[in-house]
Amino acid sequence: MPDSLPPDSVGLVSPETLHFDQPIELACGQTLNSYDLVVETYGELNDDASNAVLICHALSGHHHAAGYHSMDERKPGWWDSCIGPGKPIDTDRFFVVSVNNLGGCHGSTGPASINPDTGKPYGPDFPVITVTDWVESQARLADRLGIEQWAAVVGGSLGGMQAMQWSLSYPDRLRHSVVIASTPKLSAQNIAFNEVARQAITSDREFHEGRYYDFDTVPRRGLMLARMVGHITYLSDASMGEKFGRELRDEAYKFGFGAEFQVESYLRYQGERFSESFDANTYLLMTRALDYFDPAWDTHGDLPKALAPARCEFLVLSFSTDWRFSPARSEELVNAMISARKKVSYAEIDAPWGHDAFLIPTPRYTDIFTAYMDRVAREVGA
Amino acid sequence: MRPDLEIIQQWVGPGQHVLDLGCGDGTLLDYLQRERNATGFGLEINPDHITTCMGRGVSVIEQNLDTQGLENFDDGMFDIVLMTQALQAVRRPDMVIEEMLRVGREGIVTFPNFAHWRLRWGLALSGRMPESNALPYKWYNTPNIRLCTFKDFEALCRKKGIRIKTRRVVDGQHQNSWLARAWPNLLGEIAIYRITREES
Repeated sequence: MPDSLPPDSVGLVSPETLHFDQPIELACGQTLNSYDLVVETYGELNDDASNAVLICHALSGHHHAAGYHSMDERKPGWWDSCIGPGKPIDTDRFFVVSVNNLGGCHGSTGPASINPDTGKPYGPDFPVITVTDWVESQARLADRLGIEQWAAVVGGSLGGMQAMQWSLSYPDRLRHSVVIASTPKLSAQNIAFNEVARQAITSDREFHEGRYYDFDTVPRRGLMLARMVGHITYLSDASMGEKFGRELRDEAYKFGFGAEFQVESYLRYQGERFSESFDANTYLLMTRALDYFDPAWDTHGDLPKALAPARCEFLVLSFSTDWRFSPARSEELVNAMISARKKVSYAEIDAPWGHDAFLIPTPRYTDIFTAYMDRVAREVGA
Repeated sequence: MRPDLEIIQQWVGPGQHVLDLGCGDGTLLDYLQRERNATGFGLEINPDHITTCMGRGVSVIEQNLDTQGLENFDDGMFDIVLMTQALQAVRRPDMVIEEMLRVGREGIVTFPNFAHWRLRWGLALSGRMPESNALPYKWYNTPNIRLCTFKDFEALCRKKGIRIKTRRVVDGQHQNSWLARAWPNLLGEIAIYRITREES
């Protein structure tokens, strides 16, 4: 909890729920007749609506990207390090829109929402959502907010995939696409980790085929395991080593299987906390959206060809110790963009924190991000 | 703008696709984008330069020529590939030149002449590794690990069947004096070469 709000914070913010009645056809073939999207906005939209920036969230993210909901909130929004007055995404210049994606569990319509056809939570009946579907829903959000063209669409990890997809689905509706710690498609290893997470959830006795809401329970154990395995892939060997090493909670081995090492208790704590605040069906959906993302699917693996429609400029950033979506994966994307003759800039940032580095402000990351966004702002007269 | 860049920019046509190897802070590409409507990329490894490029709207890729080469660029995808004052700092200049003319129709290369009279004189008299304005380092900390003379470079081009379209030899002030034209390998300090594999 902050005693007073830091000067570079967007301050106290409150989310807003927007209802959409125009049916949305999804990649899976199903249609959602109506849905809600929860958004937070920071800064002011300028007169010609040219200074809007869309923030796309990652697997476990949501609309609360910056600032505080109340003075009692323990931590600010998940990307507060990069969004605020004077920060890389400068809210004195940009109008920032952060949305909780469809299928999420923080207020936007998702598996835990009531299905109007049955009067019960959707549960497993909620359609599998793809990155393309999210972009479609975000485009409707842009329409609603009076934003014809984003100055930039920005995202890390799964959010970066949305920024990429925007450039292909709506080439004229964004000037810049900022793709951070992302990949043009998941590797077999990435999918394998997701599958372990899903198995952990679906094999929990409390899962009830996804209808756990009806039984007034949640597959807490499974969700906790899913988060634990996921969390390992977000950190680097070195950062875990530095944070925990082989440190024990007590002085000696106990010759049992409790949480004896600090790293064990840390993972359990992270997993438990997550399982109290996240919906298991949403976790399944989000990991599937990751698995399915592959813009080159329709071009038989030819990524440069798949990128042909894009008209925006790209900034691609990777982090040296990220092994979930390693620099090599970003370079694959960058090389395809070069081949497709797109305007792209790329840097690999030296940072010890693995995949999570995109959430942590290191000097070089901040410098580059700031310089690039400053230029975007100048371009749109913000 | 640096005088050598001033000369080079005249050789870039409108709308050309340009690759600048070791683009520094992006001054030249920025100029070419604005004044020539050129497109293209800079490659750079210096973090501050990369940030500056991004801030001014120059597309820059963090890429090390020594370890990554130009493999990620397609054959003939650029009209012009530039390398100013970097040839002497790469591990395999011969391979870089080959690659430049694989990905581009034309190359522009500039480098300091190690046979300039002042350097020859310095080595002959003092018996120490020469230093100059163009080569201001000590032998042990210099990034310039592949120094050569104009004659060396031209011999390499001949050997590889590369045609030199234009050679501009300038002195320390980047003036194209008649003396430097008359005895380039002795009096020229920096050379700017336009090279190609295409027939004239």
